[in-house]
Amino acid sequence: MSATLPRTERRAEVELRRRPTTLSAAATLLAVELKLEGRTYELLPGMALFVIGAFVVFHFALNRGALEGDLAAGVLAVALLLGALLAVNRLFVRELEQGGFEALLLAPVPPAALLLAKTAALFIYMCLLEAVGLPAYALLLLARSPLGVLGGVVAVLALANLGVAVLGGLIAALTIRARARELLAPLLYLPLLLPVLIGAASGLSPLFAVHAPSFGRWLAGEGGRWLTVLGLYDLVFGLIGSALFDFLLED
Amino acid sequence: MSRPSSPESSPLAVELQGVGREFGERPVLQGVTLQLAAGQTLAILGANGAGKTTLLRLVAGLIEPTWGRARVLGAKLPGERGRLRGRVGLVGHDPLLYRDLTARENLALQCRLHNLGPERVEELLGAVGASRFADRPIRELSRGMVQRVAVARALVASPPLLLLDEPQANLDPQARANLEPLVGRASGRTRLLTSHEPQAALREADLVLGLRAGRAAFLLPAESVGSRELEGLYR
Repeated sequence: MSATLPRTERRAEVELRRRPTTLSAAATLLAVELKLEGRTYELLPGMALFVIGAFVVFHFALNRGALEGDLAAGVLAVALLLGALLAVNRLFVRELEQGGFEALLLAPVPPAALLLAKTAALFIYMCLLEAVGLPAYALLLLARSPLGVLGGVVAVLALANLGVAVLGGLIAALTIRARARELLAPLLYLPLLLPVLIGAASGLSPLFAVHAPSFGRWLAGEGGRWLTVLGLYDLVFGLIGSALFDFLLED
Repeated sequence: MSRPSSPESSPLAVELQGVGREFGERPVLQGVTLQLAAGQTLAILGANGAGKTTLLRLVAGLIEPTWGRARVLGAKLPGERGRLRGRVGLVGHDPLLYRDLTARENLALQCRLHNLGPERVEELLGAVGASRFADRPIRELSRGMVQRVAVARALVASPPLLLLDEPQANLDPQARANLEPLVGRASGRTRLLTSHEPQAALREADLVLGLRAGRAAFLLPAESVGSRELEGLYR
């Protein structure tokens, strides 16, 4: 059984000298994260049900079947960001409960690879959530179909998703070892996410107006301004996350 | 700025000088001093809560010492713990395996993180006798089966230093015999092991560290440890 081990053990030592890059390690960890979510469905179904439930609540609470402009943009942005909170609370739970943190600290990869993988996973979860949530929103609450302004909506939501994911990964890592993480994460996450909420709602508002501008006019005016704000936010928190994560993961 | 020390500058695999650790304000390990040469085995004995697991985690670089100086495989801890990554194998109470992945998928993940090819997965599965249940999720395996996979995970990168926290736990005699060439004395690796079977540990060890309430009660060559020392640990 072990007759071949000395040869293979030597080869393992030699090959180990080539350490994986942060990006290749992050890609490996992302693939595992998506595979695990595909098997367990711990996050996405809950997020989707929550967001659709929120739309139904708004539908009855506002006593209106058709929203437009600022109100339509605000309701959509708030529901999506609160839905993201469910994922943030559970983002590193598997690693905490099943020893993934320690296995990673023993492996020759930078801990930042895990943050990168979790951030990418959260971004993908948000995109999938919106693929389900946006049609439901249009059906339940929007005054007019968003198909005509889909380019702008996708641009705003993509940059907002990136901000949600970058900050969400950081907050999840920061609070994962805290005893009251379900309480602590929203307390830290929601105030820091306000610029994303404002940017997303303000960027979407003209698109959801009864007389929506063309994509070019929107991009040259309000849209371009808020896309820049969202992009800067993503950049700043991306840099903060990459600088802090190694310290958050270690003892 | 001090230069990082090279692994070759010290013939010792593990050097601890007055090392201790507290959690909150509660010290769980205090004033441990020892030196272990490459290729030697240190058995760490003590009652539950004596600090054995904490000492292993500290040597692995997973937790920082609150007091004292530590150097493992030439890397000063905690400052140079990045240099330890991939060179220490840990078999602990927690198997460090994803429960919803199969044994093969868990080992494949570890191989990719260590930049090793997929052929290494099959080698390890065969070596620990896990090939027949390699495609079952970890959560469906018995504790003994999981322990075999955990040993394979710890050996992925063929580490020169093995930290074994009760490695024989949950294993049947056949599995123990199978794993002996991999993690036993015959492996030729430097080893720190804990055990609740003192006589078995003495047979494995060159040096024995007895811990009592987080403090070193004795550090002796294995042949010098008698029933008097052992009884003192568990009293």
